[in-house]
Amino acid sequence: MIALLTLPVLAGLSAILLPAFGYLPALQHDEPGLMVWRELFTTPGIGRSAWLSLSAALLTPLLSLTLVMLFLASTSGTRWASAMRRLVAPLLAVPHAAAAFGLAFLIAPSGLMFRLVSPELSGWQRPPDLLILNDSLGLTMMLGLVLKEIPFLLLMALAALPQLNADQRVNMARSLGYRPILAWLWTVAPALYPLLRLPLFAVIAFASATVDVALILGPTLPPTLSVRIIGWFSDPDLNQRLLASAAALLQLMITLSAIGVWIAAEKIVAGLYRALLLSGNRRQGHAVLNVLGKSLMVITLGTLLISLMLLVVQAFAGTWRFPDNLPATWTLQHWQTVGPLLLAPLGNTLLLGLLSTALAVLLVVAVLEHESRQGRKPAQILWAIYIPLLVPQVAFLYGLTLLLEQLRWQPGLMMVGFAHSLFVVPYVYLSLAEPYRRLDPRWQQLAATLGASPNRTWWHIKLPMLLAPLATAFAVGLAVSIGQYLATLLTGAGRVTTLTTEAVALASGGTRGTIAVWALLQAAIPMLGFAMALMLPRFWWRKRRDMTGQLT
Amino acid sequence: MSGVSLTLKDIQISLHGRHLLQVNTRIEPGATLTVMGPSGIGKSSLLAYIAGFLASDFSASGEILLGERCLNSLPAEQRGVGLLFQDPLLFPHLSVAQNLLFAVSRHVSHRQQQVDQALEAVGLQGFGDRDPATLSGGQKARVALQRLLLSQPKAVLLDEPFSRLDAHLRQEIRQHVFQTLRDAALPTILVTHDVEDAAASGGPVITLG
Amino acid sequence: MKKTCPTLIAISSIFSWLGALSLVLASGTGTTFAAQAPDPSDWDAVVAEARDQPLFFYAWGGDQLTNDYLAWVGQRVAADYGIRMTHVRLSDTADAVSRILAEKQAGNTDRGAVDMLWINGDNFASLKTNDLLFGPWAEQLPNFVWVNADANPDVRFDFTLPVEGYESPWLRAHLVFYYDSAYVSAPPANVAALLNWAQEHPGEFTYPRPPDFLSATFLKQALLELVADSAPLYLPVQETSFEAITAPLWQYLDALHPLLLRQGRSFPANGPELRRLMADGEIALALSFNPTEAVNSVLRNELPDSVRTHLPDGGALANVSFVAIPYNASHKAAAMVTANFLLSVEAQLRAQNPQYPVGMPVIDLSVLTAQQQAQFADSRQSHPSAPPLMSGGQQLQEPHPSWMEALEQAWIARYGSR
Repeated sequence: MIALLTLPVLAGLSAILLPAFGYLPALQHDEPGLMVWRELFTTPGIGRSAWLSLSAALLTPLLSLTLVMLFLASTSGTRWASAMRRLVAPLLAVPHAAAAFGLAFLIAPSGLMFRLVSPELSGWQRPPDLLILNDSLGLTMMLGLVLKEIPFLLLMALAALPQLNADQRVNMARSLGYRPILAWLWTVAPALYPLLRLPLFAVIAFASATVDVALILGPTLPPTLSVRIIGWFSDPDLNQRLLASAAALLQLMITLSAIGVWIAAEKIVAGLYRALLLSGNRRQGHAVLNVLGKSLMVITLGTLLISLMLLVVQAFAGTWRFPDNLPATWTLQHWQTVGPLLLAPLGNTLLLGLLSTALAVLLVVAVLEHESRQGRKPAQILWAIYIPLLVPQVAFLYGLTLLLEQLRWQPGLMMVGFAHSLFVVPYVYLSLAEPYRRLDPRWQQLAATLGASPNRTWWHIKLPMLLAPLATAFAVGLAVSIGQYLATLLTGAGRVTTLTTEAVALASGGTRGTIAVWALLQAAIPMLGFAMALMLPRFWWRKRRDMTGQLT
Repeated sequence: MSGVSLTLKDIQISLHGRHLLQVNTRIEPGATLTVMGPSGIGKSSLLAYIAGFLASDFSASGEILLGERCLNSLPAEQRGVGLLFQDPLLFPHLSVAQNLLFAVSRHVSHRQQQVDQALEAVGLQGFGDRDPATLSGGQKARVALQRLLLSQPKAVLLDEPFSRLDAHLRQEIRQHVFQTLRDAALPTILVTHDVEDAAASGGPVITLG
Repeated sequence: MKKTCPTLIAISSIFSWLGALSLVLASGTGTTFAAQAPDPSDWDAVVAEARDQPLFFYAWGGDQLTNDYLAWVGQRVAADYGIRMTHVRLSDTADAVSRILAEKQAGNTDRGAVDMLWINGDNFASLKTNDLLFGPWAEQLPNFVWVNADANPDVRFDFTLPVEGYESPWLRAHLVFYYDSAYVSAPPANVAALLNWAQEHPGEFTYPRPPDFLSATFLKQALLELVADSAPLYLPVQETSFEAITAPLWQYLDALHPLLLRQGRSFPANGPELRRLMADGEIALALSFNPTEAVNSVLRNELPDSVRTHLPDGGALANVSFVAIPYNASHKAAAMVTANFLLSVEAQLRAQNPQYPVGMPVIDLSVLTAQQQAQFADSRQSHPSAPPLMSGGQQLQEPHPSWMEALEQAWIARYGSR
């Protein structure tokens, strides 16, 4: 399985390696050299672009992690945590681009925030000429990324927490005189962090190479490196593909160095943290942290929710001029525009989502069950599962297309399903591995002493007991598959249309209304998936008290 | 009912090269061997070794014989060794009757009837469709024992099975378990901290460590 | 402990099974292709070959009206010729170019995914110079006579590059300004006059940033208006003279940018984003390469009905959209038959229908019958937001394609990183 996930990535990478060094015989470039790199490094603003990618890669996870940790510390043991959990999963289902559009309409000079104070308070009849979106430091872009990464990290943290016996640790520290938040920060956070490392690396990789969020909210003069790579790959001058290949390798290096910097910083922060922990501070700053932890999370998730509500309003808005707070007229026209186009891709989307997720769940369960039967610790090699998440998509998908073409595999549903699996498997693994390993081994042992074979035990005992995490993993996989744009487009030769490819194509010339409709439709299926993942186990086990809510 | 004896021949268990315990004994059908000793001495790993799921961190040697049959190379489910844990561990997703049915071999006839009889034997007739979560502690313990017996083990291991029970229940369940195992002529190993358990078993005691 | 891994074996067998399945599916959907490319001079044979062929038409899918129009084309060629057309909706034409290039690199010379694509300008230049197009075929289409190419020589050139029958004309387009008459009483007469206009209306105008094509169009229009002699612009860019020729443009932009929305510190990505800025009231003047864009948007309630379309005085940059067939297309016959249908009087008339206008006809109305001419005249729009009629004399021809890339690069070097 490892080979299956990493080989396509490596093959894809190798296919841009040669062009990056000036070798592309199809375009009569057959003299390898460093020409392309020289050209890349003299491109105006390339340093700025690279720096933007690097700073987003580091600040996004830092901010998201801080907020999540503060929130968990200030709400540990309260009802907040379980309430958040229910809210967070559906938020995770919203595609990045959809959230970015919503946010843009909230904070733009012509957006809702300014409309609410206009014209009564501000006196503005026309939107003020302020540079908020696409600011040159990329702050808005990072805000958009943080908004989407917080639900992800929060979900990962909430899934990891039960195995840490957080309440016991906190109670122990409280009995030593520490206030609850400090108790949590000193005793639970250091144990939780290692379990969040991989998700954090995924956040770093995503933030460093994001295309859609950067296009909507990111700086433009110059844009981030990833946006420029897409531009060069799609430049009518085919020779720009050499530049694009070299830049894609540069992108990979930036992502890797961001992870490197993060790992180096971990050591320093760990040292400082320990010093702080051992300083004996039992109560100082408790009140501030309490307010910060809760209010910042309410503000972030609130912003995300309002952004989504704005999409709903947009999807039904007719005429809606500045400074009106609400549309002057309402219409179904955007739905009528999009509706007929989406019927056919809907089938493909569902088929691909179910196919690739089923395959991914099958593979991941096979690996985990094998590990469980061998009674061994997780193999070190398993980190390789995450390679498709850590290598920027633009860097290897083009090469992968080339590879599939060389194998003479016709572009079609199978190929696209396979490409989706590359991204679905790591996320399914990410959400299933912990619950699977955490299942009390005594159930399996007990079943064996009762004479049940491993297969019978798996089918009658483990599978039903893991229904809730399996359903969640399935929903996560479905959401990931539905969100794939580049992978679908390239491996399907544009012929395999999904909600996402159609939506992006239409949005390239679209109005706010149609963009809102596609964003909602795109979010609807994964949300439905998450809702079912929450409800199905509850319904299924409604007559089994101990099966509701304990294993999710 | 005639049982077979359980023989532990020169069994040694070590963890990461550190010697934990050594046992060499034979338990007759219907007899109970009590193993006592401080925590961390490896009592539970002895049971795990006999049952067939010792974690790979441990290394162990020595033969386990059930009658003439050597168990060492058999997987857990073919050893015919039953186990009662500290908790009754009724499968939470199955009804009481399904829990029992799971233990009845596919090759046994009248499986459902056997389940009904097993419930009746412990005064739980009519409880078959219940959610195990709705049973009392004593009822759960009885169902767990009946489940173990339905799987027709040739030997039984008890891993502190009474330690989580209330004091007033403990006495009653303990009597019930030992009586049942004696009647079934099963060689039994009991791991416990409680000297009263050892006394009630009426068998030999070895103390490790 | 046993070392065999049953689950791993299971996994590998699952995969060999999947591999086998995908091969079966691949061979099942394998496309049919003729050993020899169809010959357009034997038109009946082409039509016969095209029957029952699928056709994958790769075209930008960002405009709803164009999508609807192509859906209609699909129905018509299915009814008349038995062609099963699929409009593969692209967000960027370059994605199709990437596909063709990948196929060439992989040695796929006869069963390409792209059967026909909508291109012009630098995409055409790029495909043609890299020998990635099939042809010549376009001038042998029966309906090519309606174009009256001898009287309209511009259809034989795509951004000055000779077409030589490697692509077939489809629609015409030209640059227009549109403005909100609620805020602005009079738009600037042309790009050169825009600078004075912007001084009186700071923050009311902006234009897309490169590499968007509308951005390049604006730069070319400005350059054509600002240079004393436009002749060098119709020849390939010379590195030695580029600075001197474009100096007036940079001088102009240096003065214009501080007067733009956001003082030129940020530019929209493309035409649709520009239109959204107009819809939000952030700007009062914008430009488009689709003369009917403003009226479409007003009809859809996206833009206020106070928006008007305005032609630049002294000529507007104009060009022709084409369809081309890649050298390795699987269904060349179906592609030619469909290209021919796009040139039919029926299809051209439909394209300028006021209810769903997608562009200006490319056929020469003067060669039509009086009755047909009347149909075209009747179908013209009379909406207040509609563009005024443009005569051939007001057209500015596209410069050589090398200028587009050079202008974009120079713009990025000057303004692209601040």
